[in-house]
Amino acid sequence: MTTLRVALLHLRIGVMNDLQYRVNFALQILQSMLALATGLVVFGLVYSHTTELNGWTQSELLAVLGVQIVMAGVIHAVIQPNMMRLTQDVQDGKLDHALTKPVDAQMLVSVREVQLWQAIDIVTGAAVIGVAFVRLGGDFGLFDTLAFAVALVLGAVLLYCFWLVLATGSFWVVQMWFLPELFEGIFQTGRWPVGIYPDWLRFGITFLVPIAFAITVPAEAVTSRLEWQTLAFAALFTVVAFVFSRWFWRFGLRRYSGASA
Amino acid sequence: MTVVPETSPLRRVGRLRSLADFYMTAMRTQMQAQFQYRAATYMYLLGMVAEPVIYLVVWTTIADQSGGAVGGLTAGEFAAYYIVWTLVRTMNIVFTPYGWEERIREGELTGQLLRPLHPIHYDVAGFAGGKIPWLLYYIPIAAVLTLVFDPTFDVRPTEVAVFTVAIWGAYLIRTFNQSALGLVTFWTTRVGALFSLYIVLELLLSGRLVPLTIMPEWAQTLAWLLPFRWTFYFPIEALVGDLSNQELLAGLAMQLFWIFVGIGIFSLVWRYAIRRYTAVGN
Repeated sequence: MTTLRVALLHLRIGVMNDLQYRVNFALQILQSMLALATGLVVFGLVYSHTTELNGWTQSELLAVLGVQIVMAGVIHAVIQPNMMRLTQDVQDGKLDHALTKPVDAQMLVSVREVQLWQAIDIVTGAAVIGVAFVRLGGDFGLFDTLAFAVALVLGAVLLYCFWLVLATGSFWVVQMWFLPELFEGIFQTGRWPVGIYPDWLRFGITFLVPIAFAITVPAEAVTSRLEWQTLAFAALFTVVAFVFSRWFWRFGLRRYSGASA
Repeated sequence: MTVVPETSPLRRVGRLRSLADFYMTAMRTQMQAQFQYRAATYMYLLGMVAEPVIYLVVWTTIADQSGGAVGGLTAGEFAAYYIVWTLVRTMNIVFTPYGWEERIREGELTGQLLRPLHPIHYDVAGFAGGKIPWLLYYIPIAAVLTLVFDPTFDVRPTEVAVFTVAIWGAYLIRTFNQSALGLVTFWTTRVGALFSLYIVLELLLSGRLVPLTIMPEWAQTLAWLLPFRWTFYFPIEALVGDLSNQELLAGLAMQLFWIFVGIGIFSLVWRYAIRRYTAVGN
């Protein structure tokens, strides 16, 4: 309970800190719109040459795009800033500050940074999902809604676990500046349904990088393609990933030798 | 480097020689630095390769669905386009407006202004030196992509020669465009939004997203008026396309034109921008 309260307090401070910089809000909206416009132009191009891509119509693919934008917002607002600060702290020997506090260290290193304005993408993505949903006819039962929500949460947790594993790598490899670029590149594969990729790549972005679970599965829920077995498997996979990433984080932590304090 | 004093031809040759000397040294230093952090650089490159692979998969899927070709391009031709794309993209890595932003905001520029050479020389030489290790890193990536995607290559020696020159032309065009954009930070302190707009335009009108022939007619016309097509589409087409010798040479001439335009705009903006520079400390 204390853990949860401390986490929420940290997030609130982060939000208040970012609220001071209002111009950034306008700039971020502009950038978010530009990114969305580019995505839509690409779709326009693709569907000017074909009517469906590997069985996905334009409206269905719009749902995929929406989920990808939402997830990008979550990553850029909370996951990536915290994980990059973690790698920087390891490099500078400043992680002691987090480790010596009387709360769970993994929780603490995961909530110290918030980039509030990046969360605009969550709104943008939700709007895109909404449009896709209406264009698809909007036939959405209780099960679908529930499944969609669950799939989104599972996806976010999976992406967090993946980032934690990557960032934990900094206990061995000191230079980690490339992580955002590497992740961003791979994350862009999520704009398209995983079905279009060749087998080896599809395997990679399902199990090595959990993009299929994080994006395609929620999008399947919106487009009524989701079967409950897939969702159950995603849940199981999330539990495994969470346990593994926590173990890996503790394993890496043993290698940490602080330079400050 | 504000006012160039009147110099005799002999002194000018000396100046050029020392500038060449500087370039060689700066390039070598950067090359060694890049070799040092191999693993990190490779990871960065792998992240970059995702972009063309995604485009390639999407357009190959469409080509297969529509009976083998889209806009006159077959799956094999798409593969060739995007594999060469990766090399051109590597060449097109330049000092970004974000770099200028940081340099100006943090006051790092102060120290750089004290040196006898214009800071842009350090950028051009440094990033050029970084290309050599990066090109070596590109070879295995290209090999894997070739094995996986089975490209159709039909290359003449002239095309290889023009391509070799054109990738450096692309490098210079992009360097001066982005540096000029970076100078905006002297007024605004932040450049992110403007840079995003630049990237969107480049993405759509350079051939970075798709070969330009896939774009609608009006967009292709628009692309002719802007420098972007000479940084991606032209170098790639020079190698994988079927341009005549005349078109190849005309392309190089256009690159030269845009390099001069870029240098012109950069110098002009620099003259006004530098007056606004203030830094505290350092």
